[in-house]
Amino acid sequence: MDQSTTSKKVHLYLSDYDRELLAGERGPGAQMSMRIIVRMAEILGVERLIDIEAAHIDSSLYMGAATLEFAEKLVDLGAKVSVPSTLNVSGVDEHGWMHWAVPPDWAENAKRQMRAYQEMGCIPTWTCAPYQTEFKPKFGQQIAWGESNAIVFANSIIGARTERYPDLLDICAAITARVPAAGLHLEENRAGQVLLRLKEVPDRVQRHESFYPVLGHLMGKISGEKNPVVVGMEVEPEWDQLKALGAAAASSGTVGLFHLVGITPEAPTLEDAFQGNEPEQEIDVTMDHLREAWRELSTASGRELDLVVLGCPHFSLAEFERLALLLDGQEKHKDVEFLVNSNRTMRALADEEGYLRSLEAFGGVVTVDTCPLATPMLSPDIDEVMTNSAKYSYYAPGMLDERVVFGTLEDCVLSAVEGRVVRDESLWHT
Amino acid sequence: MAYVIQSRPLVAGCAEGEVLLSDKPLSFWGGYDSLTGEIIDRRHPLSGEFAAGKILALPFSRGSSTTTAVLLESMRGGTAPAAILTIGVDTFYALASIVAEELFNETIPILSLSPADFERLKNGDTAKISQSGEITISTQAEKEPAAR
Repeated sequence: MDQSTTSKKVHLYLSDYDRELLAGERGPGAQMSMRIIVRMAEILGVERLIDIEAAHIDSSLYMGAATLEFAEKLVDLGAKVSVPSTLNVSGVDEHGWMHWAVPPDWAENAKRQMRAYQEMGCIPTWTCAPYQTEFKPKFGQQIAWGESNAIVFANSIIGARTERYPDLLDICAAITARVPAAGLHLEENRAGQVLLRLKEVPDRVQRHESFYPVLGHLMGKISGEKNPVVVGMEVEPEWDQLKALGAAAASSGTVGLFHLVGITPEAPTLEDAFQGNEPEQEIDVTMDHLREAWRELSTASGRELDLVVLGCPHFSLAEFERLALLLDGQEKHKDVEFLVNSNRTMRALADEEGYLRSLEAFGGVVTVDTCPLATPMLSPDIDEVMTNSAKYSYYAPGMLDERVVFGTLEDCVLSAVEGRVVRDESLWHT
Repeated sequence: MAYVIQSRPLVAGCAEGEVLLSDKPLSFWGGYDSLTGEIIDRRHPLSGEFAAGKILALPFSRGSSTTTAVLLESMRGGTAPAAILTIGVDTFYALASIVAEELFNETIPILSLSPADFERLKNGDTAKISQSGEITISTQAEKEPAAR
Protein backbone atom coordinates (compact mmCIF):
# COMPACT_ATOMS: atom_id res chain seq x y z
CA MET A 1 0.00 0.00 0.00
CA ASP A 2 2.75 2.35 -0.85
CA GLN A 3 1.97 5.47 -2.76
CA SER A 4 3.63 8.78 -3.31
CA THR A 5 3.95 11.21 -0.41
CA THR A 6 2.67 14.08 -2.48
CA SER A 7 -0.98 14.28 -1.64
CA LYS A 8 -2.97 14.25 -4.81
CA LYS A 9 -6.48 15.55 -4.45
CA VAL A 10 -8.49 12.57 -5.54
CA HIS A 11 -12.21 12.40 -5.13
CA LEU A 12 -13.45 9.16 -3.61
CA TYR A 13 -16.56 8.04 -5.45
CA LEU A 14 -19.06 6.29 -3.17
CA SER A 15 -21.87 4.10 -4.49
CA ASP A 16 -25.45 4.32 -3.18
CA TYR A 17 -24.74 1.22 -1.11
CA ASP A 18 -21.61 2.81 0.37
CA ARG A 19 -23.61 5.92 1.27
CA GLU A 20 -26.37 3.88 2.89
CA LEU A 21 -23.83 2.20 5.12
CA LEU A 22 -22.15 5.49 5.99
CA ALA A 23 -25.49 7.03 6.85
CA GLY A 24 -26.20 4.19 9.26
CA GLU A 25 -29.14 2.82 7.29
CA ARG A 26 -27.80 -0.72 7.75
CA GLY A 27 -27.05 -0.36 11.43
CA PRO A 28 -24.35 1.29 13.51
CA GLY A 29 -21.89 -1.63 13.23
CA ALA A 30 -21.85 -1.46 9.44
CA GLN A 31 -21.67 2.32 9.72
CA MET A 32 -18.55 2.27 11.90
CA SER A 33 -16.93 -0.33 9.61
CA MET A 34 -17.67 1.76 6.52
CA ARG A 35 -16.36 4.89 8.23
CA ILE A 36 -13.03 3.10 8.79
CA ILE A 37 -12.94 1.74 5.21
CA VAL A 38 -13.59 5.22 3.81
CA ARG A 39 -10.87 6.83 5.91
CA MET A 40 -8.40 4.22 4.71
CA ALA A 41 -9.49 4.80 1.10
CA GLU A 42 -8.89 8.53 1.55
CA ILE A 43 -5.45 7.92 3.01
CA LEU A 44 -4.62 5.75 0.01
CA GLY A 45 -5.98 8.38 -2.37
CA VAL A 46 -8.13 5.91 -4.30
CA GLU A 47 -11.11 6.86 -6.45
CA ARG A 48 -13.44 4.02 -5.59
CA LEU A 49 -14.20 0.98 -3.50
CA ILE A 50 -14.63 -2.50 -4.95
CA ASP A 51 -16.64 -5.58 -3.89
CA ILE A 52 -15.01 -8.57 -2.26
CA GLU A 53 -16.36 -12.12 -2.31
CA ALA A 54 -14.75 -13.53 0.83
CA ALA A 55 -12.61 -12.61 3.80
CA HIS A 56 -10.13 -14.19 6.20
CA ILE A 57 -10.15 -12.52 9.58
CA ASP A 58 -6.94 -12.15 11.57
CA SER A 59 -8.55 -9.72 14.03
CA SER A 60 -9.77 -12.74 16.00
CA LEU A 61 -6.32 -12.97 17.58
CA TYR A 62 -6.62 -11.70 21.15
CA MET A 63 -3.82 -9.22 21.88
CA GLY A 64 -5.23 -7.54 24.95
CA ALA A 65 -8.01 -5.28 26.18
CA ALA A 66 -8.16 -3.13 23.05
CA THR A 67 -8.68 -5.92 20.49
CA LEU A 68 -11.38 -7.45 22.71
CA GLU A 69 -13.05 -4.08 23.15
CA PHE A 70 -13.06 -3.54 19.38
CA ALA A 71 -14.65 -6.96 18.72
CA GLU A 72 -17.31 -6.57 21.40
CA LYS A 73 -18.12 -3.05 20.29
CA LEU A 74 -18.85 -4.30 16.77
CA VAL A 75 -21.09 -7.04 18.22
CA ASP A 76 -22.89 -4.52 20.43
CA LEU A 77 -23.49 -2.37 17.38
CA GLY A 78 -25.09 -5.32 15.61
CA ALA A 79 -22.37 -5.87 13.00
CA LYS A 80 -22.58 -9.03 10.85
CA VAL A 81 -20.25 -10.17 8.08
CA SER A 82 -21.80 -10.07 4.62
CA VAL A 83 -19.38 -12.41 2.80
CA PRO A 84 -18.10 -15.88 3.80
CA SER A 85 -15.41 -15.07 6.38
CA THR A 86 -13.01 -17.66 7.75
CA LEU A 87 -11.24 -17.09 11.06
CA ASN A 88 -7.50 -17.06 11.62
CA VAL A 89 -5.95 -18.36 14.84
CA SER A 90 -7.35 -17.14 18.12
CA GLY A 91 -5.53 -16.31 21.32
CA VAL A 92 -6.22 -19.66 22.93
CA ASP A 93 -6.82 -23.37 22.27
CA GLU A 94 -10.46 -23.21 23.33
CA HIS A 95 -10.73 -26.71 24.76
CA GLY A 96 -7.08 -27.54 25.40
CA TRP A 97 -5.57 -24.44 27.02
CA MET A 98 -5.68 -25.84 30.55
CA HIS A 99 -2.98 -28.38 29.69
CA TRP A 100 -0.55 -25.52 29.11
CA ALA A 101 0.81 -22.49 30.95
CA VAL A 102 -2.00 -20.21 29.73
CA PRO A 103 -3.21 -17.89 32.53
CA PRO A 104 -6.98 -18.43 33.12
CA ASP A 105 -7.84 -14.73 32.70
CA TRP A 106 -6.07 -14.65 29.35
CA ALA A 107 -8.01 -17.78 28.30
CA GLU A 108 -11.29 -16.21 29.41
CA ASN A 109 -10.68 -12.99 27.45
CA ALA A 110 -9.42 -14.81 24.36
CA LYS A 111 -12.53 -17.03 24.41
CA ARG A 112 -14.73 -13.93 24.68
CA GLN A 113 -13.02 -12.58 21.60
CA MET A 114 -13.58 -15.92 19.78
CA ARG A 115 -17.29 -15.72 20.64
CA ALA A 116 -17.52 -12.13 19.41
CA TYR A 117 -16.26 -13.02 15.92
CA GLN A 118 -18.57 -16.03 15.73
CA GLU A 119 -21.49 -13.82 16.74
CA MET A 120 -20.67 -11.62 13.76
CA GLY A 121 -21.18 -14.68 11.56
CA CYS A 122 -17.58 -15.71 10.86
CA ILE A 123 -16.76 -19.38 10.15
CA PRO A 124 -14.81 -20.92 13.08
CA THR A 125 -11.96 -22.38 11.02
CA TRP A 126 -9.37 -21.10 13.53
CA THR A 127 -6.41 -21.54 11.26
CA CYS A 128 -3.57 -19.49 9.78
CA ALA A 129 -3.67 -21.81 6.74
CA PRO A 130 -7.19 -21.22 5.36
CA TYR A 131 -5.92 -22.20 1.90
CA GLN A 132 -5.82 -25.77 3.26
CA THR A 133 -9.58 -25.73 3.93
CA GLU A 134 -12.67 -26.09 1.75
CA PHE A 135 -12.96 -22.28 1.86
CA LYS A 136 -9.85 -21.65 -0.21
CA PRO A 137 -10.45 -18.91 -2.80
CA LYS A 138 -10.38 -19.25 -6.58
CA PHE A 139 -8.11 -17.74 -9.20
CA GLY A 140 -8.95 -14.12 -9.91
CA GLN A 141 -11.38 -13.70 -7.00
CA GLN A 142 -11.28 -10.40 -5.12
CA ILE A 143 -10.95 -11.19 -1.40
CA ALA A 144 -9.85 -9.43 1.80
CA TRP A 145 -7.47 -11.62 3.73
CA GLY A 146 -5.51 -10.98 6.88
CA GLU A 147 -2.52 -13.07 8.16
CA SER A 148 0.67 -12.47 6.21
CA ASN A 149 1.35 -16.10 5.26
CA ALA A 150 -2.24 -16.59 4.09
CA ILE A 151 -2.17 -13.36 2.06
CA VAL A 152 1.00 -14.27 0.20
CA PHE A 153 -0.29 -17.79 -0.48
CA ALA A 154 -3.68 -16.62 -1.78
CA ASN A 155 -2.07 -14.07 -4.10
CA SER A 156 0.93 -16.04 -5.32
CA ILE A 157 -0.08 -19.69 -5.40
CA ILE A 158 -3.84 -19.44 -5.99
CA GLY A 159 -3.93 -16.17 -7.93
CA ALA A 160 -6.79 -14.72 -5.86
CA ARG A 161 -6.46 -10.98 -5.24
CA THR A 162 -6.03 -9.51 -1.82
CA GLU A 163 -4.20 -6.51 -0.51
CA ARG A 164 -2.23 -7.09 2.72
CA TYR A 165 -5.03 -6.52 5.23
CA PRO A 166 -4.05 -5.53 8.72
CA ASP A 167 -6.00 -6.73 11.76
CA LEU A 168 -9.09 -4.60 12.45
CA LEU A 169 -9.50 -3.72 8.76
CA ASP A 170 -10.18 -7.30 7.59
CA ILE A 171 -13.36 -7.46 9.70
CA CYS A 172 -14.51 -4.04 8.45
CA ALA A 173 -14.08 -5.34 4.90
CA ALA A 174 -16.03 -8.51 5.75
CA ILE A 175 -18.89 -6.49 7.28
CA THR A 176 -19.18 -4.00 4.42
CA ALA A 177 -18.01 -6.32 1.59
CA ARG A 178 -16.19 -3.25 0.25
CA VAL A 179 -12.49 -2.35 0.12
CA PRO A 180 -10.37 0.45 -1.35
CA ALA A 181 -9.47 -0.27 -4.99
CA ALA A 182 -5.76 -0.36 -4.24
CA GLY A 183 -2.62 -2.45 -3.97
CA LEU A 184 -2.70 -6.09 -4.99
CA HIS A 185 -6.40 -5.94 -5.93
CA LEU A 186 -5.31 -4.16 -9.11
CA GLU A 187 -3.72 -5.93 -12.06
CA GLU A 188 -0.95 -3.35 -12.54
CA ASN A 189 0.30 -3.73 -8.97
CA ARG A 190 0.69 -7.48 -9.38
CA ALA A 191 3.65 -7.23 -11.75
CA GLY A 192 7.01 -8.47 -10.51
CA GLN A 193 9.52 -5.83 -9.45
CA VAL A 194 12.62 -7.65 -8.23
CA LEU A 195 14.18 -10.52 -10.18
CA LEU A 196 15.95 -13.27 -8.26
CA ARG A 197 17.91 -15.56 -10.57
CA LEU A 198 18.86 -18.91 -9.04
CA LYS A 199 22.50 -19.36 -10.09
CA GLU A 200 23.96 -22.83 -9.92
CA VAL A 201 21.57 -24.00 -7.24
CA PRO A 202 21.60 -27.76 -7.91
CA ASP A 203 18.46 -29.87 -8.24
CA ARG A 204 19.24 -31.79 -5.08
CA VAL A 205 19.13 -28.49 -3.17
CA GLN A 206 15.91 -27.45 -4.88
CA ARG A 207 14.34 -30.77 -3.94
CA HIS A 208 15.38 -30.41 -0.32
CA GLU A 209 12.61 -29.27 2.05
CA SER A 210 14.81 -26.62 3.73
CA PHE A 211 15.37 -24.88 0.41
CA TYR A 212 11.89 -23.32 0.53
CA PRO A 213 11.92 -21.66 3.95
CA VAL A 214 15.54 -20.59 3.38
CA LEU A 215 14.80 -19.08 -0.04
CA GLY A 216 11.72 -17.38 1.43
CA HIS A 217 13.74 -15.85 4.25
CA LEU A 218 16.25 -14.52 1.72
CA MET A 219 13.53 -13.35 -0.67
CA GLY A 220 11.82 -11.31 2.06
CA LYS A 221 15.08 -9.69 3.07
CA ILE A 222 16.00 -8.76 -0.49
CA SER A 223 12.64 -7.58 -1.76
CA GLY A 224 11.19 -5.84 1.31
CA GLU A 225 7.78 -4.64 0.15
CA LYS A 226 8.37 -5.26 -3.57
CA ASN A 227 7.01 -8.22 -5.55
CA PRO A 228 9.84 -10.73 -6.09
CA VAL A 229 10.07 -13.06 -9.06
CA VAL A 230 12.19 -16.20 -8.94
CA VAL A 231 13.55 -17.71 -12.12
CA GLY A 232 15.56 -20.91 -12.34
CA MET A 233 13.35 -23.29 -10.35
CA GLU A 234 13.91 -26.71 -11.86
CA VAL A 235 11.47 -28.70 -9.73
CA GLU A 236 7.73 -28.50 -9.13
CA PRO A 237 7.28 -27.64 -5.42
CA GLU A 238 4.51 -29.12 -3.27
CA TRP A 239 1.89 -26.94 -1.58
CA ASP A 240 3.49 -27.36 1.82
CA GLN A 241 6.83 -26.23 0.42
CA LEU A 242 5.20 -23.17 -1.13
CA LYS A 243 3.49 -22.52 2.21
CA ALA A 244 6.90 -22.52 3.91
CA LEU A 245 8.37 -20.26 1.22
CA GLY A 246 5.62 -17.64 1.51
CA ALA A 247 5.47 -17.67 5.30
CA ALA A 248 9.22 -17.07 5.47
CA ALA A 249 9.13 -14.22 2.93
CA ALA A 250 6.23 -12.53 4.72
CA SER A 251 8.18 -12.67 8.00
CA SER A 252 11.60 -11.37 6.96
CA GLY A 253 9.95 -8.99 4.49
CA THR A 254 6.62 -7.48 3.61
CA VAL A 255 6.02 -9.74 0.64
CA GLY A 256 2.33 -9.97 -0.32
CA LEU A 257 2.86 -11.56 -3.72
CA PHE A 258 5.66 -13.43 -5.45
CA HIS A 259 5.92 -15.19 -8.77
CA LEU A 260 7.86 -18.37 -9.56
CA VAL A 261 8.37 -18.42 -13.30
CA GLY A 262 6.85 -21.52 -14.86
CA ILE A 263 5.16 -22.51 -11.60
CA THR A 264 2.76 -19.93 -10.15
CA PRO A 265 -0.42 -19.02 -12.06
CA GLU A 266 0.39 -15.44 -13.07
CA ALA A 267 3.90 -16.26 -14.23
CA PRO A 268 3.93 -18.80 -17.05
CA THR A 269 6.84 -16.81 -18.50
CA LEU A 270 9.30 -14.22 -17.22
CA GLU A 271 7.59 -11.60 -19.34
CA ASP A 272 4.18 -12.43 -17.82
CA ALA A 273 5.64 -12.22 -14.33
CA PHE A 274 6.80 -8.65 -14.98
CA GLN A 275 3.80 -7.77 -17.19
CA GLY A 276 6.33 -6.79 -19.83
CA ASN A 277 8.15 -4.30 -17.56
CA GLU A 278 11.86 -4.33 -16.80
CA PRO A 279 12.85 -5.52 -13.30
CA GLU A 280 13.72 -2.67 -10.94
CA GLN A 281 16.48 -4.82 -9.49
CA GLU A 282 18.15 -8.09 -10.51
CA ILE A 283 20.01 -10.36 -8.14
CA ASP A 284 21.82 -13.64 -8.68
CA VAL A 285 21.04 -16.01 -5.83
CA THR A 286 23.92 -18.40 -5.23
CA MET A 287 24.56 -21.20 -2.76
CA ASP A 288 26.54 -18.69 -0.68
CA HIS A 289 23.44 -16.49 -0.26
CA LEU A 290 21.31 -19.48 0.64
CA ARG A 291 23.88 -20.78 3.11
CA GLU A 292 24.03 -17.40 4.81
CA ALA A 293 20.21 -17.24 5.03
CA TRP A 294 20.13 -20.79 6.41
CA ARG A 295 22.62 -19.79 9.12
CA GLU A 296 20.58 -16.75 10.07
CA LEU A 297 17.58 -18.93 10.87
CA SER A 298 19.34 -20.45 13.88
CA THR A 299 20.12 -18.45 16.98
CA ALA A 300 20.84 -21.28 19.41
CA SER A 301 24.10 -22.92 20.32
CA GLY A 302 22.57 -26.20 19.26
CA ARG A 303 23.55 -28.25 22.27
CA GLU A 304 20.51 -28.28 24.54
CA LEU A 305 16.94 -28.90 23.44
CA ASP A 306 13.71 -28.24 25.36
CA LEU A 307 11.04 -28.24 22.67
CA VAL A 308 10.35 -29.11 19.05
CA VAL A 309 7.69 -26.96 17.33
CA LEU A 310 6.10 -27.99 14.04
CA GLY A 311 3.14 -26.60 12.14
CA CYS A 312 4.01 -22.94 11.63
CA PRO A 313 1.92 -22.28 9.52
CA HIS A 314 -0.57 -24.94 10.66
CA PHE A 315 0.28 -28.55 9.82
CA SER A 316 -1.52 -30.05 6.82
CA LEU A 317 -2.75 -33.60 6.47
CA ALA A 318 0.16 -34.35 4.12
CA GLU A 319 2.59 -33.15 6.79
CA PHE A 320 0.92 -35.32 9.45
CA GLU A 321 1.38 -38.26 7.10
CA ARG A 322 5.07 -37.53 6.50
CA LEU A 323 5.62 -37.06 10.21
CA ALA A 324 3.89 -40.36 11.07
CA LEU A 325 6.24 -42.17 8.66
CA LEU A 326 9.30 -40.57 10.24
CA LEU A 327 8.20 -41.36 13.80
CA ASP A 328 8.23 -45.04 12.91
CA GLY A 329 7.51 -46.50 16.34
CA GLN A 330 10.14 -44.41 18.13
CA GLU A 331 9.67 -42.47 21.36
CA LYS A 332 10.84 -38.98 22.11
CA HIS A 333 13.35 -38.21 24.84
CA LYS A 334 11.69 -37.51 28.19
CA ASP A 335 13.25 -34.02 28.52
CA VAL A 336 12.03 -32.73 25.17
CA GLU A 337 8.49 -31.59 24.43
CA PHE A 338 7.16 -32.21 20.93
CA LEU A 339 4.42 -29.88 19.73
CA VAL A 340 2.47 -29.80 16.46
CA ASN A 341 0.24 -26.77 15.72
CA SER A 342 -2.76 -27.35 13.55
CA ASN A 343 -6.49 -26.80 13.35
CA ARG A 344 -9.48 -28.89 14.37
CA THR A 345 -10.28 -30.13 10.86
CA MET A 346 -6.73 -31.33 10.10
CA ARG A 347 -6.52 -32.96 13.53
CA ALA A 348 -9.75 -34.85 12.90
CA LEU A 349 -8.55 -35.98 9.46
CA ALA A 350 -5.17 -37.01 10.87
CA ASP A 351 -6.98 -38.97 13.56
CA GLU A 352 -9.08 -40.82 10.97
CA GLU A 353 -5.93 -41.77 9.09
CA GLY A 354 -4.25 -43.05 12.24
CA TYR A 355 -1.47 -40.44 12.15
CA LEU A 356 -2.41 -39.07 15.56
CA ARG A 357 -1.96 -42.47 17.17
CA SER A 358 1.65 -42.56 15.92
CA LEU A 359 2.23 -39.06 17.24
CA GLU A 360 0.75 -39.90 20.64
CA ALA A 361 2.81 -43.08 20.86
CA PHE A 362 5.89 -40.97 20.15
CA GLY A 363 4.94 -38.65 23.01
CA GLY A 364 3.99 -35.66 20.86
CA VAL A 365 0.96 -33.42 21.26
CA VAL A 366 -1.22 -31.34 18.96
CA THR A 367 -2.52 -27.91 19.80
CA VAL A 368 -5.34 -26.40 17.75
CA ASP A 369 -7.02 -23.01 17.23
CA THR A 370 -3.78 -21.14 17.93
CA CYS A 371 0.02 -21.51 18.24
CA PRO A 372 2.78 -20.54 20.71
CA LEU A 373 3.25 -17.21 18.90
CA ALA A 374 -0.39 -16.31 19.55
CA THR A 375 -1.06 -17.67 23.03
CA PRO A 376 1.10 -17.74 26.18
CA MET A 377 1.09 -21.54 26.35
CA LEU A 378 4.79 -22.30 26.81
CA SER A 379 6.49 -22.31 30.17
CA PRO A 380 9.22 -19.66 30.54
CA ASP A 381 11.66 -22.51 31.28
CA ILE A 382 11.69 -23.33 27.60
CA ASP A 383 14.80 -21.73 26.12
CA GLU A 384 16.12 -23.92 23.34
CA VAL A 385 13.73 -24.79 20.56
CA MET A 386 14.01 -26.60 17.28
CA THR A 387 11.67 -26.06 14.33
CA ASN A 388 11.42 -26.56 10.59
CA SER A 389 9.69 -23.19 10.20
CA ALA A 390 11.50 -20.05 9.09
CA LYS A 391 8.57 -17.99 10.36
CA TYR A 392 8.83 -19.47 13.84
CA SER A 393 12.62 -19.05 13.71
CA TYR A 394 12.13 -15.41 12.81
CA TYR A 395 9.66 -14.48 15.54
CA ALA A 396 10.37 -16.73 18.54
CA PRO A 397 13.67 -15.11 19.67
CA GLY A 398 11.99 -11.71 20.17
CA MET A 399 8.48 -12.74 21.13
CA LEU A 400 9.21 -15.70 23.37
CA ASP A 401 12.83 -15.08 24.28
CA GLU A 402 13.70 -18.50 22.89
CA ARG A 403 16.82 -19.58 21.08
CA VAL A 404 16.00 -21.47 17.94
CA VAL A 405 17.66 -24.07 15.75
CA PHE A 406 16.25 -24.45 12.28
CA GLY A 407 16.26 -27.94 10.75
CA THR A 408 14.32 -30.35 8.56
CA LEU A 409 11.32 -32.35 9.75
CA GLU A 410 13.60 -35.38 9.95
CA ASP A 411 16.19 -33.42 11.99
CA CYS A 412 13.40 -32.36 14.36
CA VAL A 413 12.25 -35.94 14.93
CA LEU A 414 15.77 -37.26 15.37
CA SER A 415 16.64 -34.48 17.82
CA ALA A 416 13.50 -35.14 19.87
CA VAL A 417 14.52 -38.79 20.14
CA GLU A 418 18.12 -38.01 21.07
CA GLY A 419 17.21 -35.21 23.47
CA ARG A 420 19.72 -32.86 21.83
CA VAL A 421 20.04 -31.07 18.52
CA VAL A 422 21.03 -33.39 15.70
CA ARG A 423 21.15 -31.92 12.21
CA ASP A 424 22.14 -33.24 8.83
CA GLU A 425 24.03 -30.20 7.57
CA SER A 426 25.69 -31.89 4.61
CA LEU A 427 23.59 -29.99 2.07
CA TRP A 428 24.96 -26.66 3.30
CA HIS A 429 28.58 -27.69 3.75
CA THR A 430 29.40 -28.60 0.19
CA MET B 1 20.07 24.14 14.39
CA ALA B 2 16.43 23.72 13.53
CA TYR B 3 14.58 23.28 10.28
CA VAL B 4 11.00 22.78 9.19
CA ILE B 5 9.58 20.16 6.86
CA GLN B 6 6.09 19.62 5.56
CA SER B 7 4.71 16.10 5.84
CA ARG B 8 1.45 14.60 4.75
CA PRO B 9 -0.63 13.76 7.83
CA LEU B 10 -2.37 10.41 7.35
CA VAL B 11 -3.79 10.87 10.81
CA ALA B 12 -3.31 14.46 11.92
CA GLY B 13 -2.41 15.57 15.44
CA CYS B 14 0.16 17.40 17.56
CA ALA B 15 3.11 15.77 19.28
CA GLU B 16 6.60 16.54 20.44
CA GLY B 17 9.44 14.25 21.35
CA GLU B 18 12.81 12.71 20.65
CA VAL B 19 13.26 11.06 17.27
CA LEU B 20 13.95 7.32 17.34
CA LEU B 21 15.00 6.43 13.83
CA SER B 22 15.82 3.39 11.77
CA ASP B 23 16.01 2.77 8.03
CA LYS B 24 14.82 -0.80 8.64
CA PRO B 25 11.08 -1.55 8.62
CA LEU B 26 9.51 -3.00 11.78
CA SER B 27 6.68 -5.41 12.42
CA PHE B 28 5.05 -4.45 15.72
CA TRP B 29 3.86 -8.05 16.10
CA GLY B 30 6.92 -9.78 17.46
CA GLY B 31 8.75 -6.46 17.33
CA TYR B 32 7.07 -4.21 19.88
CA ASP B 33 6.16 -5.05 23.45
CA SER B 34 2.83 -3.30 24.04
CA LEU B 35 3.21 -3.69 27.81
CA THR B 36 6.48 -1.77 27.98
CA GLY B 37 7.03 0.02 24.66
CA GLU B 38 10.30 -1.85 24.07
CA ILE B 39 11.35 -2.81 20.55
CA ILE B 40 11.92 -6.56 20.87
CA ASP B 41 12.69 -7.70 17.31
CA ARG B 42 16.16 -9.05 18.07
CA ARG B 43 17.13 -8.70 14.42
CA HIS B 44 16.17 -5.02 14.29
CA PRO B 45 18.76 -2.25 14.82
CA LEU B 46 16.46 -0.62 17.42
CA SER B 47 16.19 -3.83 19.47
CA GLY B 48 16.21 -2.91 23.17
CA GLU B 49 15.20 0.72 22.62
CA PHE B 50 12.04 2.06 24.23
CA ALA B 51 9.80 3.91 21.77
CA ALA B 52 7.02 4.90 24.20
CA GLY B 53 6.51 8.66 24.01
CA LYS B 54 9.10 9.09 21.24
CA ILE B 55 8.69 10.08 17.61
CA LEU B 56 9.31 6.77 15.90
CA ALA B 57 10.62 7.11 12.35
CA LEU B 58 10.61 3.94 10.21
CA PRO B 59 10.42 3.57 6.44
CA PHE B 60 7.34 1.31 6.66
CA SER B 61 5.87 -1.56 8.70
CA ARG B 62 7.01 -5.09 7.96
CA GLY B 63 5.50 -8.54 7.80
CA SER B 64 2.69 -9.43 10.11
CA SER B 65 -0.85 -8.16 9.75
CA THR B 66 -1.06 -8.03 13.57
CA THR B 67 1.11 -4.90 13.69
CA THR B 68 -2.03 -2.77 13.80
CA ALA B 69 -3.47 -4.64 16.78
CA VAL B 70 -0.22 -4.36 18.75
CA LEU B 71 -0.04 -0.61 18.11
CA LEU B 72 -3.68 -0.26 19.18
CA GLU B 73 -2.95 -2.16 22.41
CA SER B 74 0.04 0.07 23.12
CA MET B 75 -2.07 3.17 22.58
CA ARG B 76 -4.61 1.88 25.07
CA GLY B 77 -1.87 0.99 27.54
CA GLY B 78 0.00 4.29 27.18
CA THR B 79 3.14 2.67 25.76
CA ALA B 80 2.78 3.84 22.15
CA PRO B 81 5.17 6.18 20.38
CA ALA B 82 4.03 9.83 20.50
CA ALA B 83 3.88 9.80 16.70
CA ILE B 84 5.07 7.64 13.82
CA LEU B 85 6.83 8.98 10.71
CA THR B 86 7.12 6.82 7.60
CA ILE B 87 8.18 7.19 4.00
CA GLY B 88 5.15 6.98 1.74
CA VAL B 89 1.77 5.78 2.94
CA ASP B 90 1.77 3.07 5.57
CA THR B 91 -1.78 2.01 6.25
CA PHE B 92 -0.97 -0.43 9.06
CA TYR B 93 0.08 2.28 11.50
CA ALA B 94 -2.59 4.73 10.32
CA LEU B 95 -5.35 2.19 10.86
CA ALA B 96 -4.43 1.69 14.51
CA SER B 97 -4.76 5.40 15.14
CA ILE B 98 -8.08 5.59 13.26
CA VAL B 99 -9.54 2.67 15.23
CA ALA B 100 -8.27 4.17 18.50
CA GLU B 101 -10.27 7.28 17.68
CA GLU B 102 -13.41 5.18 17.13
CA LEU B 103 -12.86 3.18 20.32
CA PHE B 104 -11.48 5.59 22.89
CA ASN B 105 -11.37 8.92 21.11
CA GLU B 106 -7.58 9.12 21.07
CA THR B 107 -5.11 9.27 18.22
CA ILE B 108 -1.40 9.51 17.63
CA PRO B 109 -0.24 11.42 14.55
CA ILE B 110 0.88 9.23 11.64
CA LEU B 111 2.78 11.24 9.07
CA SER B 112 4.16 10.47 5.66
CA LEU B 113 7.50 12.04 4.67
CA SER B 114 9.30 12.31 1.37
CA PRO B 115 12.37 10.05 1.14
CA ALA B 116 14.63 13.14 1.15
CA ASP B 117 13.08 14.57 4.35
CA PHE B 118 13.18 11.15 5.99
CA GLU B 119 16.89 10.83 5.21
CA ARG B 120 17.69 14.13 6.92
CA LEU B 121 16.34 12.85 10.26
CA LYS B 122 18.85 11.80 12.89
CA ASN B 123 18.50 9.77 16.04
CA GLY B 124 18.16 12.08 19.02
CA ASP B 125 16.70 15.01 17.04
CA THR B 126 13.67 16.61 18.62
CA ALA B 127 10.55 16.82 16.47
CA LYS B 128 7.58 19.08 17.06
CA ILE B 129 4.56 18.12 14.99
CA SER B 130 1.68 20.46 14.26
CA GLN B 131 -1.90 19.62 13.30
CA SER B 132 -1.21 20.63 9.68
CA GLY B 133 1.67 18.16 9.40
CA GLU B 134 4.41 20.75 9.67
CA ILE B 135 7.34 19.29 11.59
CA THR B 136 10.02 21.40 13.28
CA ILE B 137 13.20 19.39 13.72
CA SER B 138 15.79 20.54 16.24
CA THR B 139 19.09 18.78 15.89
CA GLN B 140 20.98 17.51 18.89
CA ALA B 141 23.72 20.15 18.70
CA GLU B 142 21.28 22.90 19.58
CA LYS B 143 19.32 20.92 22.12
CA GLU B 144 22.35 20.03 24.17
CA PRO B 145 24.98 22.75 23.81
CA ALA B 146 28.34 21.21 24.50
CA ALA B 147 29.75 21.99 27.94
CA ARG B 148 32.48 24.53 27.44
